[in-house]
Amino acid sequence: MSLYSFGLDPVSCHAWNKDRTQIAISPNNTEVHIYQKSGKEWTKIHELTQHSGRITGIDWAPISNRIVTCASDRNAYVWTLKDRVWKPTLVLLRINRAATCVKWSPLENKFALGSGARIISVCYFEKENDWWLSKHIKKPIRSTVLSLDWHPNNILLAAGSSDFQCRVFSGYIKDIEEKPGPTAWGSKMPFGEMLLEQGDDGGWVHSVCFSPSGNSLAWVSHSSTILVTDAANKKTVTQLKTEYLPLLAVLYLNETEIVAAGHDCCPYQFSYTGPGSLKYIGKIDLPKQNSKVNMSAMQHFRNLDKRATTENENTDLETLHQNSISQLCIVEGDRSKVTKFSSVGLDGDMVVWDFKH
Amino acid sequence: MSKATTNVDFRKVDVDQYEEEKYEDDAVVDDGVTGPNDAEVQALIAKGRLADALQTVLSTPPIASKNPAVKDKAAQVVMKVLTAFKAADIDGAIKNLDQNKLDVLMKYIYRGFEMSSEGNGAQLLVWHDKVFAVTGLGSIVRVLTDRRRV
Repeated sequence: MSLYSFGLDPVSCHAWNKDRTQIAISPNNTEVHIYQKSGKEWTKIHELTQHSGRITGIDWAPISNRIVTCASDRNAYVWTLKDRVWKPTLVLLRINRAATCVKWSPLENKFALGSGARIISVCYFEKENDWWLSKHIKKPIRSTVLSLDWHPNNILLAAGSSDFQCRVFSGYIKDIEEKPGPTAWGSKMPFGEMLLEQGDDGGWVHSVCFSPSGNSLAWVSHSSTILVTDAANKKTVTQLKTEYLPLLAVLYLNETEIVAAGHDCCPYQFSYTGPGSLKYIGKIDLPKQNSKVNMSAMQHFRNLDKRATTENENTDLETLHQNSISQLCIVEGDRSKVTKFSSVGLDGDMVVWDFKH
Repeated sequence: MSKATTNVDFRKVDVDQYEEEKYEDDAVVDDGVTGPNDAEVQALIAKGRLADALQTVLSTPPIASKNPAVKDKAAQVVMKVLTAFKAADIDGAIKNLDQNKLDVLMKYIYRGFEMSSEGNGAQLLVWHDKVFAVTGLGSIVRVLTDRRRV
């Protein structure tokens, strides 16, 4: 477990490069900062400043080494490293509202972008004209798309939206890939086909994640619930109403273990073993050292002078993060067996957590 | 000319109705549940079977109804049950409720705060405290986010 503080500003999103020696973060403004690991410290090596709106999503494709960023200025750029400088290429999104989230597909030949225009843009590179084009998925999304995740087969796309629904679409682009075979989610998959629409009582769907095999889909909702749909079992939905504040990010650690984190500032572990059995396992956090040290007389008087009290009231939270966690990301291990994952939060910290299976 | 410029009726037009892609909140379908039977619940209270009265009112809440009068009536009945409880019996009654009923109970507690008749306040706060101890912050968040209002 290691914590690194990137300053006082909240970290809205982050992405790792292939060997985890570099991290791209956005300190809640219009810039993306890329840091290089040197020992235990991180040093800033690049600043990407093309956007004019707040950055809402960053994703780094490990194999092709391209970064895609999207912002509230309705634009997205794909950055490539040329002569040690990141050069942006504008993506023609054709949206008239802010972009909210972006994800490279597993084979990195396309990426999906969600926006407040109630549209998902699936973007791919067209060689003849040397630009990035987008195809839109509109129906039946009725409100802002808040989160996206690709299925391992590079075709299916899960989207969580603020119309309280979680949906699975087909993102098949016939110009760049082969026709997909049938999966547990369905067999006919033309572009934009909706294969699942599942709602909750009334919470925005903050984050979605496919399991490593792609047979189940977990999502977290603002009504403090975590839900899992199982395609292998007739798409039955299992719901767990938690007693915590709403969760904002969810990640599969292996086929059955799920980690989710949010406004409670620490990651929680859940386990899904089949329809009807979604259980809460526990917190993943470093136990705070008990700091009840005997106070010196000087401490007493200092407290009395500054705060008019003699008690040593520690106002820090007991968790490692001091503010809500906004995003979780795999650091080590592949999707089917994650051994380390990272979390960034509104406190400006990035924590890398270890996980034993 | 000066007369025409003082007409400000245009400010009262609801421009949102003309937007083509307006979000229609239609997810809550009225399933005909009209709330607990008042007479039955009164009888249970009179007999002192308060835990049973609580189970009854929480199993048929008119959350899907679009009729505010139905909801008000149901809320009144629930308030009668909640205020009839003695502080010591509340824990026992809560133990027998499942997660869904606890969420509905929390919704009614907040509805009770809204209706704020004198005398109810203290009793409702005791209820709130006890339910919160079992369900935590999650049920309060669900009171705020659940579109099927009590």
